[in-house]
Amino acid sequence: MDTPRMVTLDGNEAAASVAHRLSEVIAIYPITPSSTMGELADEWSAAGERNIWGTIPRVAEMQSEGGAAGAVHGALQAGALSTTFTASQGLLLMIPNMYKIAGELTPFCMHVSARTIATHALSIFGDHSDVMAARQTGFAMLCSNSVQQAHDLALVAHAATLQSRIPFLHFFDGFRTSHEVAKIAKLEDAVLRGMIDDAWVTEHRARALSPEHPVIRGTAANPDTFFQAREAANGYYTSLPETVQKAMDLFASLTGRAYKLFDYEGHPEAEKVVVIMGSGAETVQEYVDWAVARGERVGVLKVRLYRPFSVQHFVAALPPSVKSIAILDRCKEPGAPAEPLFLDVAAALREAREEGWSPLAVEPRLIGGRYGLSSKEFTPAMVKAVYVEMDAPKPRRSFTVGINDDVTGLSLVVDEAFDLEPASVTRCLFYGLGSDGTVGANKNSIKIIAEETPNHGQGYFVYDSKKSGAITISHLRFGPEPIRSAYLIRTANFIACHQPQFLDRFELLAEAVDGATFLLNSAATPGEVFGTLPRPMQEQMIAKRIRFYTIDAYKVAKESGMGGRINTIMQTCFFAISGVLPQDEAIAAIKHAIEKTYSKKGDLLVRRNFEAVDAALAHLHEVAVPAVPTTDRRRPPTVPDAAPDFVKQVSALILAGFGDKLPVSAFPPDGTWPTGTAKWEKRNIAQEIPEWDSALCIQCNKCALICPHAAIRAKVFEPSKLEGAPSGFASMDYKGAEYKGQKYVIQVAPEDCTGCTLCVQVCPAKDKSNPKHKAIDMVAQAPIREREVANFEFFLDLPEADRETVKLDVKGTQFLEPLFEFSGACSGCGETHIKLLTQLYGDRLMIANATGCSSIYGGNLPTTPYTVNKEGRGPAWANSLFEDNAEFGFGMRLAVEKQAEQVRELLVRHTHLLPEALVHGLLETTPQDEAGVRRQRERVAELKTRLAPSHDPASRQLLELADHLVKHSVWIVGGDGWAYDIGYGGLDHVLASGLDVNVLVLDTEVYSNTGGQASKSTPMGAAAKFAVGGKTTPKKDLALLAMSYGHIYVAKVAMGAKDAQTVRAFQEAESFPGPSLILAYSPCIAHGYDLAMSGEQTKLAVESGYWPLFRYDPRRLELGQSALALDSAPPKGDLSRFMGNEARFRMVEKQHPEAFKHMLAEAQVENARRYAAYEKLSRLEASAPAVPAVPTTTTA
Amino acid sequence: MDLSTTYLGLSLPHPLMAGASPMVDDLGTVRQLEDAGSAAIVMHSLFEEQIAREQFGTLRDLELHSNSNPEAASYLPEPNEFALGPDEYLEQVRRIKAAVTVPVIASLNGTTPSGWLAYAKLIEQAGADALELNVYEVATDPAQTAAALEQRIADTVRAVKAQVKIPVAVKLTPFFSSLPNLARNLEAAGANGLVLFNRMLQPDFDLEQLELVPRMKLSRPSELLLRLHGLAVLHGNFKGSLACSGGVHEASDAVKAVFAGASSVQVVSALLQRGPSFLKHLRTGMAEWLERHEYASLRQGLGSMSLASVPNPHAYQRASYMRVLQGWRPDSE
Repeated sequence: MDTPRMVTLDGNEAAASVAHRLSEVIAIYPITPSSTMGELADEWSAAGERNIWGTIPRVAEMQSEGGAAGAVHGALQAGALSTTFTASQGLLLMIPNMYKIAGELTPFCMHVSARTIATHALSIFGDHSDVMAARQTGFAMLCSNSVQQAHDLALVAHAATLQSRIPFLHFFDGFRTSHEVAKIAKLEDAVLRGMIDDAWVTEHRARALSPEHPVIRGTAANPDTFFQAREAANGYYTSLPETVQKAMDLFASLTGRAYKLFDYEGHPEAEKVVVIMGSGAETVQEYVDWAVARGERVGVLKVRLYRPFSVQHFVAALPPSVKSIAILDRCKEPGAPAEPLFLDVAAALREAREEGWSPLAVEPRLIGGRYGLSSKEFTPAMVKAVYVEMDAPKPRRSFTVGINDDVTGLSLVVDEAFDLEPASVTRCLFYGLGSDGTVGANKNSIKIIAEETPNHGQGYFVYDSKKSGAITISHLRFGPEPIRSAYLIRTANFIACHQPQFLDRFELLAEAVDGATFLLNSAATPGEVFGTLPRPMQEQMIAKRIRFYTIDAYKVAKESGMGGRINTIMQTCFFAISGVLPQDEAIAAIKHAIEKTYSKKGDLLVRRNFEAVDAALAHLHEVAVPAVPTTDRRRPPTVPDAAPDFVKQVSALILAGFGDKLPVSAFPPDGTWPTGTAKWEKRNIAQEIPEWDSALCIQCNKCALICPHAAIRAKVFEPSKLEGAPSGFASMDYKGAEYKGQKYVIQVAPEDCTGCTLCVQVCPAKDKSNPKHKAIDMVAQAPIREREVANFEFFLDLPEADRETVKLDVKGTQFLEPLFEFSGACSGCGETHIKLLTQLYGDRLMIANATGCSSIYGGNLPTTPYTVNKEGRGPAWANSLFEDNAEFGFGMRLAVEKQAEQVRELLVRHTHLLPEALVHGLLETTPQDEAGVRRQRERVAELKTRLAPSHDPASRQLLELADHLVKHSVWIVGGDGWAYDIGYGGLDHVLASGLDVNVLVLDTEVYSNTGGQASKSTPMGAAAKFAVGGKTTPKKDLALLAMSYGHIYVAKVAMGAKDAQTVRAFQEAESFPGPSLILAYSPCIAHGYDLAMSGEQTKLAVESGYWPLFRYDPRRLELGQSALALDSAPPKGDLSRFMGNEARFRMVEKQHPEAFKHMLAEAQVENARRYAAYEKLSRLEASAPAVPAVPTTTTA
Repeated sequence: MDLSTTYLGLSLPHPLMAGASPMVDDLGTVRQLEDAGSAAIVMHSLFEEQIAREQFGTLRDLELHSNSNPEAASYLPEPNEFALGPDEYLEQVRRIKAAVTVPVIASLNGTTPSGWLAYAKLIEQAGADALELNVYEVATDPAQTAAALEQRIADTVRAVKAQVKIPVAVKLTPFFSSLPNLARNLEAAGANGLVLFNRMLQPDFDLEQLELVPRMKLSRPSELLLRLHGLAVLHGNFKGSLACSGGVHEASDAVKAVFAGASSVQVVSALLQRGPSFLKHLRTGMAEWLERHEYASLRQGLGSMSLASVPNPHAYQRASYMRVLQGWRPDSE
C-alpha cells in the first residue's frame, strides 16, 4: 500500500472526483449545495480529464433535475456508466425515475449533498429530509460523515452498484460536509481500478438495449403479474449488505481505511448508545472518545448503509451490554410515531428479539430525537445532553436537541459551557466581507498548512444571506490529528476582524480563549486603535489578556498596487502572528501559493501580491493593551427603538447573530412573516453614497428609476411641508407645469444605499464649468451620514404623491412610493424592475416568485424588502418552488377571479343589503386606473361599514370577499433558469391558457443564484458554468415563442437603454386583458464586468442587436395595425464592442480565439436574422380592421 | 532598381513595411501584407496598461463576488487554460512568425521602467526579430520636469536592452524640446533605432455630453512634413536606424522619407484605405521614380535631404518657420 497523497478539498469535490472517474455519461442540473459537483465534472471534462477507462466523460446539463434523472435513465438503458448530483427539491424531482432505475435493477450511483426540503420556508442548508424522502424508491443508500468518507464511500458505492445491480444514492450532509474543506488522502486511479471489476461493466453493457439483441423494458403490467414480478428482485436486496461489506473490506485492503455497514465506536461494554447518520456521528464520536476516556460506558453506532437496512448487521454491531439507545434523526416527519431511523431501529430490535437471535442482554430502552434541521448546530454539548437524557429515570421518548422548544417542551436542556476541543487544535475565526477575499485567502491558508506540514486542517465558512455587502465568518481548525468536529468553533485561539465596522456589529471576542490573539484591520494608528473598540470589547480584551495586533490593510493594499484587495495582506498577518507555522516558512508558502494561483493569469498579479506580502509584514503592529478601558462607548442597538416589537424581539436578535437562541414560541408556526422589515436593518455597507446638488438637477428622476434598492427617491410637495425640516434638508422649486409652485427633492437613504453608483452614471445633469460634477456625485458616507439620516426621516414623512394625478412616465412613476426597498440584492443588480412594479401596482399586487435570486433577496429572513404604504397595503408575496412558478401564479389568479366572481354574485343576489347606487357602483366597473381603484375602494369601505354590524351569512360572506371587488394585479416573477428551462412547460401552459396573468422574466441569461450556470437564455459565445468553452447554440427566443400564439402581450425591455419603453410595457402588460410576458434585460455580476457601467453596456446590447426592444400587443390588431411594434433600430456596429466588455465573452476569446471569432460572427448573423424576422412581423397587419375594444398605445 | 536597406541591422529588400496597426490581428491579412511585399511586419503594441488592466480588471470581475454567498463560490467558470495579459500577444507573435518569412517587429507600449518590461524578454522568446518600444506619454503632472521624463524614457530603454538581444527601436512623439539631445541619450541607453513619429491620438470633445471621446483618424499626407523634418535633423546625429511612420500615402512620400534619412518607411493609413496590395504600388512607384531620376540605388539618396546634406539647411531652422507662417493664407492649404 503506497503512502497516500494528501490533498485539501471539500466534500463535493471529494465525491465528484470519484464519480467523474467512474462514469461515461453525466447529466447535471444546478441546485445548492450540490451544484459544485456538476460544475467540477463539467470543468474536468472540458479540460480533457479522463475516466479510469481512458475516455472523457460526456457531461450534459439538463433543464431540470427531472430531466437529469430521465437522461441518466436513458444513458443507463443504452449501456453507459452514469452518475448525477443533486439535493433537496432536485432529488424529489428525480424520484419517479429512481423507482424505474431501481425497478430495472440498473447499476447507477448518484451523489447527494443532503439538504432541507422546503416546507414552511425554503432552506438551502443541510439535513436528511430529502434523502429520507427517497428511501422507498428501491435505491441503496450509503451515508458519508466526513470529507474523507465522501471520497471513500463514493467509490464503495460505485463498486457495489456495479456488482449488485442495485442503484445507489450516496449522500453526505449539505454544507457541513459538502462545503467543509479538509485534508484527506486522495484515491488514486489505481485504487479505483482495484475496486472495479471490468466484468461488471461488461455485464452492464450486455444488458443494455441494442437492436442487435433487442429486448423491451418499461412494459405495462396487469394485476395478474405486477406483484409477483415486483417480488422477483428480493434476492438482490437480501444479498446487497454482504456485497457492500465485501467492497468495504476490499477498499480497506487497498487503502487501510476500514468501514462497516454499521460502525460502532466506544466502550466495548457500553450501556448507552446513540444511533446516528451523517456528520453529526463524528461529533458524537468526539464526545464518546472523551467520555470513555473518563470511564463512561457509552458508545455510538454510525449507520452507513441505510438502505437496505440490514437487521442482522445492525444488531450485531451493537454492544450486547446496551441498555439504552437514543436514535437521532436529522429530519422531521410530522404525524409519524417516530422519525424514520428510529422506526428502522425499533423494527430491527423487535425482529431480533422475536426471532430469538438478539445478542442483547436486556431489551434496551429507545428514545428518539430530532437534531440539526437546516444545518442547525450539533455540538458536543448537545450530544452530552442526549446521554444525560438517557440517564433520566423517565427519559423523553421523543425529543429535540439544539433548540429551545418552549411550546411543546420537547427540547433537551444543553450545558452551553461544555467544550471538549483538545488543546492541540488551533482554532481561528475570521470576520470578513464577501468582497474582501477573506474566505478565498482562508481556503488557501488551509491548503498551505495541510499540504505543506504534517498538520490536519479544516475550514468551514458561514455567510449571511445578503448578496451585497455579505458578511463571511471563516472557521479554521488546525491540529496534528484528523479533525472530527463537525460544528462551528466555540472557543478560539485566534480571531481576526478584517473590517473595522464589525466592531460595532458583533461580539468579536465572545469566543476568544484566555490569551487569544486578536488581529484588526483598521485605519486607526496603533496608538489610537484600542480607543476605537467599544467598551465591552475593551473590557473583554483586558480580562482575557488578549494579544492585540493591527494593520491598515487597505492602505497597504493601495500602496502595493492591489487596489482594494486585502486578502493577501491579512493572510500574511495571520501567518505572521498565529504561530501555526514558522514565519519564514509561512511567507515562502504564501508566495508559492500566490505563484500557483496567479502565474497562469499574469505575472504582474504575482509580483504585486509578493509586494503586498512584504509590505504587510512591515506594517503589522502589536498594540499595547491598557490596564483599564478608555471609553464608555457601547455598541449601538441593532435596530432603532422605533422598530415594531416583532422586529426588536425577533428580527434584531437574528441580525445580531443570536437567531439560534430564539425559542420556538418566537416563530409563526406556518411560515407567515410580516413584510416591511428591511428598513429596520441599517447595513451601512457603502463607503460612498450619492449627494444631491439641487443647483444642477433637471428633475428627470432617472436616478430614482435606476436604483435597484430604492435608496434614492424623489418627491414633490407643498412648500408649507418644509416646516420643521432639518437644517441640512435641500429642496428646490419644481420646474414643470404639473406641480407648479411645489417643491422638489431627491433624497438618498444613506444607510441603505449600497454604493453601486448607477444613479450617478445615469444622471444627465452636468456642471457646465466643471462637467465631472453632476447633480449627483458620490461622496464619502461617514461625514454626511448623520445629516442624511435626519433628512431621509423627514423625507419619508413628507406626503406621498397623489397617485391619481401622477403622469405614469419615467419621471412620474418615480414620485410613486416604492413598496420594495433595501433588498439584499447585489450592488448594481439589474433586476430593478421589481421596484418599478411595486410603484405602479404595489398596493394591489400579488407576486408568485420563482426560486432564485429574486426569491432570496425578496424573501430571505430575517428582514423582508416588500413593504406597505401608509394605509397598510402592499405586495403580497409568496414563493412556491423553482419549477412551478407559472402554475403557482396561475392558481393565485384563478382564486382571485373566482372570489371576485363570487362577491359579485353575492351582490347581485343580495342587493337588498346595500343601497342600490352602491351595489350598482360596485358592480359597474372593473377599475383599471388609480382613480377607478380609489373610487372602488371607497365603495368597498362603505360596504364594510354598512355590513359590519350584520350577522347574517350573506353579509358575512360579502364582508370576507369584498376586497376582491378591487382588481388584484397578479404577477409571476422569476429568472431565466425558471422561465426558459425548468418552468418552461408550465409557463407555456399558463400563457396559452389566456388567463389574465402578468409574467416578468428577470433575464440574467444564467442561473445567477446558484452561481452562473448556463440556461437556454445564455447567449452564444458566452462562458458560463456547464458551458466553460462558451455556449455554442443561440439563446432561445422566448418572446418569439410566446408571440407565436397571437393572443399574448409580449415585451422585450432594457431599462438601461430605453427606460420609457420599459415603463410603458409594464402598463400595457397590466392593462392587457389576457396573459402578458415581459422579458427584462438584467445585468448581473455573472456577466463579469463592473455593474456601474451597466447603463452603457445595456445601450450597447440594444444598439448591436444583441437585445432588440419591442412590444407585441394583440390589441393593436383590432385597430388594423401590426401587433408588433419595434422599439429599437436595426443592429448597428460590431457585436464585439458589446461582448469585449464582459468577462463571460472575453474568457472564451482567450481560451479559444478562433472558435470565438466563429461564434461572434455567427451570433452577429443570428442577431440580424432575428431582427429581420421581427421587422417582417412588425409589418404584418391584421387583414381587416376591427372595432378597437381597448385603447392602445403607440411605439415609444 | 536596388531598393535594399538596412533597418535595425536587418537587411531588407526595400524600406516599405506595414506599420503597427490592428491589421496584424488577422493572420490572413498578415499573409496578404507579405504577399504585397511588406519588408517586415510591425505588430501593434502590447500596452503596459493593457497588461495591468487585463490582469487586475479581469481578476476583479472574476474574484470580487467569489466566496461571498453560500449558494455560489463563484459566478463564472474557471477554465484551466485562461491566461490574461501578454500570452495572447505572445501567441500572436508566434503565429505570425510561423506564417511569414519576413522579419517580425513586435511592439511594447509603456512609460515606466518597471516589471512589465519582463515581457520584452518573452516577446524575444516568442520569436520577434526586433522590438519597437513605444513611449507614448502625455505629461499632465506640473511637478514632472522634462528632464525627468526624458530620463525615464532612457531608463526604460536601458532596462529593455538589458533584457533582450534583439534590436530595439524607440518610437517617439514629436513633442520634445530637443529631439537631437534625446536621441543622443537614447543612443547611449542602447537604442538601435528611432521611429518618427507616434501619431498623437488626442481624444475629441463630445459637446452634447461634455465628455471626451476617443477618435481614431487616419493619417493625412500633410503629416509627413513633421516626420521629414525630424528625420532630417536626426540623420547623421543618431548612429542607429531611423524609421518614418505617419503620412506616407504616395511613392514620392516614401522617397522623401528615405531622402530625409529613414532606412525604413512604415505605412498604415494608406493600407487601411486602399488595402495591403497598395504596398506593391508604393514599391513600384519608388523604383520608377528613382529610375526616372537616374539613381543607381535607393541608398544613394538615403539622407540626401537631411540637415547635414541639404544645400540650404537654414530652411530647416527658425527662419523657414517664420516665412511660412507669414505667407500662409486660408486658401493656400
